[in-house]
Amino acid sequence: MRDLIIVGGGPAGLAAAYGAYEKGVKDILILEREDTLGGILNQCIHNGFGLHRFKEELSGPEYAQRYIDMLKDTTVDILSGTTVLELREDRTVCALNSRQGYFELQAKTVILAMGCRERTRGAISIPGSRPAGVFTAGAAQKYLNMEGYLCGKRVVVLGSGDIGLIMARRMTLEGAKVLACVEVMPYSGGLTRNIVQCLEDFGIPLYLSHTVTDVRGDRRLTGVTVSKVDENRNPIPGTEMDFDCDTLLLSVGLIPENELTRGAGIEIDPRTNGPLVYDNMETTLEGVFACGNVVHVHDLVDYVSEEAARAGASAANRILGKIPEHRAVHIKTDGAVSYTVPQYIRENAEEKTVSLSFRVRKILDDVKIQVSDGQRTVFTAKRTHMAPGEMEKIQLPREAIGDARDLTVSVEK
Amino acid sequence: MYDVLIVGCGVVGAATAYALSRYQLKIAVLEKENDVAMGATRANSAIIHAGFDPEEGTLMAKLNVRGCLMAEELCRKLDVPYRKNGSLVLSFSEDEDKTLEKLYRRGISNGVPDLRILESEELHELEPNLSPTARRALYAPSAGIVSPWDYALAMAETAVRNGAELFLETEVHAIEKTETAWRVHTNRKSFETAYVINCAGVHSGQIHEMVAAPAFRIIPCKGQYFLLDKSEGTLCTRTLFQCPSKVGKGVLVSPTVHGNLIVGPDAVDIENCEDTSTTAAQLAFVRKTAEKTMTKINYRNTIRNFAGVRSNSDRKDFIIFFGEEKFLDVAGIKSPGLTAAPAIGEYVVKLLENDGLVLRKKEDYTDSRKVIRVKELSSSEKNDLIKKDPSYGRVVCRCETVTEGEIVAAAHGPIPAKTVDGVKRRCNAGMGRCQGGFCGPRVVDILAREQNRQKEEILKDKEGSFILLSKL
Repeated sequence: MRDLIIVGGGPAGLAAAYGAYEKGVKDILILEREDTLGGILNQCIHNGFGLHRFKEELSGPEYAQRYIDMLKDTTVDILSGTTVLELREDRTVCALNSRQGYFELQAKTVILAMGCRERTRGAISIPGSRPAGVFTAGAAQKYLNMEGYLCGKRVVVLGSGDIGLIMARRMTLEGAKVLACVEVMPYSGGLTRNIVQCLEDFGIPLYLSHTVTDVRGDRRLTGVTVSKVDENRNPIPGTEMDFDCDTLLLSVGLIPENELTRGAGIEIDPRTNGPLVYDNMETTLEGVFACGNVVHVHDLVDYVSEEAARAGASAANRILGKIPEHRAVHIKTDGAVSYTVPQYIRENAEEKTVSLSFRVRKILDDVKIQVSDGQRTVFTAKRTHMAPGEMEKIQLPREAIGDARDLTVSVEK
Repeated sequence: MYDVLIVGCGVVGAATAYALSRYQLKIAVLEKENDVAMGATRANSAIIHAGFDPEEGTLMAKLNVRGCLMAEELCRKLDVPYRKNGSLVLSFSEDEDKTLEKLYRRGISNGVPDLRILESEELHELEPNLSPTARRALYAPSAGIVSPWDYALAMAETAVRNGAELFLETEVHAIEKTETAWRVHTNRKSFETAYVINCAGVHSGQIHEMVAAPAFRIIPCKGQYFLLDKSEGTLCTRTLFQCPSKVGKGVLVSPTVHGNLIVGPDAVDIENCEDTSTTAAQLAFVRKTAEKTMTKINYRNTIRNFAGVRSNSDRKDFIIFFGEEKFLDVAGIKSPGLTAAPAIGEYVVKLLENDGLVLRKKEDYTDSRKVIRVKELSSSEKNDLIKKDPSYGRVVCRCETVTEGEIVAAAHGPIPAKTVDGVKRRCNAGMGRCQGGFCGPRVVDILAREQNRQKEEILKDKEGSFILLSKL
């Protein structure tokens, strides 16, 4: 029986391992399916990582290397090239690699850090033909940054998620012509800094409230049709614009990869597509924790690391028997708040504040974040601007919870 | 000089080649695309129909029922994913109850085994997620689901292993009668053959008219589908049909043999028989129609939309006849063509024999195939395999748990996968929920490495479907 097994050696898994190690856990094993640690950071060769965590600007691989280096002189074991096939309720992890073959390992605690995958064309049912040349932005990024191949010369980007914006710039720098970035919502899905640095600086037009309504070409893509959409996101006839392009990049959202989680019978929040978690990042299966994009999609890896360190420390507490049984307070949402992580808070945990992350459904200016226990407001925070593309965080003082059964997070004018 | 030349290697051409390859014959199979199963075979409902739909006395009825009965044994021998899951035709009204009765009687007369009409209680017990408005159903336990492209591939591979010669990217341009035989001109070279068998699917009219006056008309008919993630794949156990109408068997909801859920198709006649594009309007129609069967489907879990083109014709029945002396048309093989295919193969052999072709069985005939699917192995089998070949321990496609070893095997099979989609059809890599987002680049890598090709040459699908446009 191992003390802690971590599924995934990306930013979440690495920070979780370090967090647990710092708290005194020595027997830690990271299972990583790729041959190298670092996860998706390895293909993110642009900068902008680490501003919060390390107070300096790093590229993705540099950020990952910081954590890899931190783990170097620890007792953390790493099995790379190893795919986890199944997680059982008794915290047995079933895995496969080319050295040990198929094996099963049981652990006192497990941290899920599998990250997320990109939504595909199929998930949003873009009609038209199905030629080569339609890629998720991440796949195009892998071809370009990891393998050195350009997968397109004339590009339309659908969706203004951060990876799409980054790839619009990246492909432009490598000589491709990015004709447009098309976003179905009336606002961008990515960080403002990426809209400015990746589109505006390169003169790439952003079409808000537009979507791709046809894909042409039966071998390689030859063009797409873009239409304006109404407030219900239905295309408006007569607004069609045709683009001659050989590539359509999709940056239309990320989906936490929770097939293992579901298989273990852990409860999933349909709003995040990630497991329901307590404030210590423990899932509904005792001893199994989760952190990073497998829980909810983050904007910044810095926040992933922070959350993961918390999950690691909590796993340590669980191993050391430091998590007493306490009643849980349910965090509800209201109005424009679409979800929170965590969804539950345990009373009397050792931290003085609870870090609460959430997103809003629409753009809001000059608003107040409110947490209420049904009777009274127990916490407020002001914001001058909120957008769905930017994750919000508040630090809720634990004493504010009092004897409330549940708390509601809302945003008021 | 070939004894038999088959034009087209969809499931019908493959089944014909398979059936003929057990005899001492020199066989050529010509396929215009870069892989087998590239037309209707790869884009259909993937159903083995029981055989109560075709009208009594038709060739279609006979071959459907026979094909359905052959499927289980054939799939076992050739290691093709297949499950006899049974099908239900649902009735939502008194009128449709009458249709069920009619289909029941027709099925009995066609020789469909174990047909039963289910009353509401039993129906909803069997399929609890069914719409409550379904009142009765015709239950056909002999119906099944299959991997259609693998069915065709398995038969084509077995034919090739038994000596049939497959020529890919070989398109027939003209067929000329010589004094003693046929000369088939293609984009590559000419073939001399005693017999030509026209299995050209939607193009079979054109092939027929290369040697004879028009005798039938192919009316390509497009059908569009939703394929959903495995999260939706357990909503039903059996294939759920609505009552058939003039345009066909209608929109079905069914599990696939790979564990997904399939919803579709509609039926729209089209001009361009290669047009497999989907449209928002027709997809909306499919979805709306399927709601009658089941409202619980979460379309947010769609992983792919696709369309296939049926080889419908101006005849009610399959068109299998000698369009010219020693020229056999196997045309208008619309639904249930996938089901009927192996029976069509058998039937073609009989027609050729009756026509005077001498059939002598091969002594060293291979009639089975084994595919390694790591996912399906027990833990000790996995370990034995990985000890012998560690590449079976490296998972490349995480959604479908497909290992490098399986992809390498696909690249070196009897009909090697040349393209990323070819790999997908052979070992499922890229078929899952991420649709090759993660494994696509790895598959390109492995194909290039195994086949000693440049990465830029690796195609997604048909000729011209380049993935990478330039190297930095």
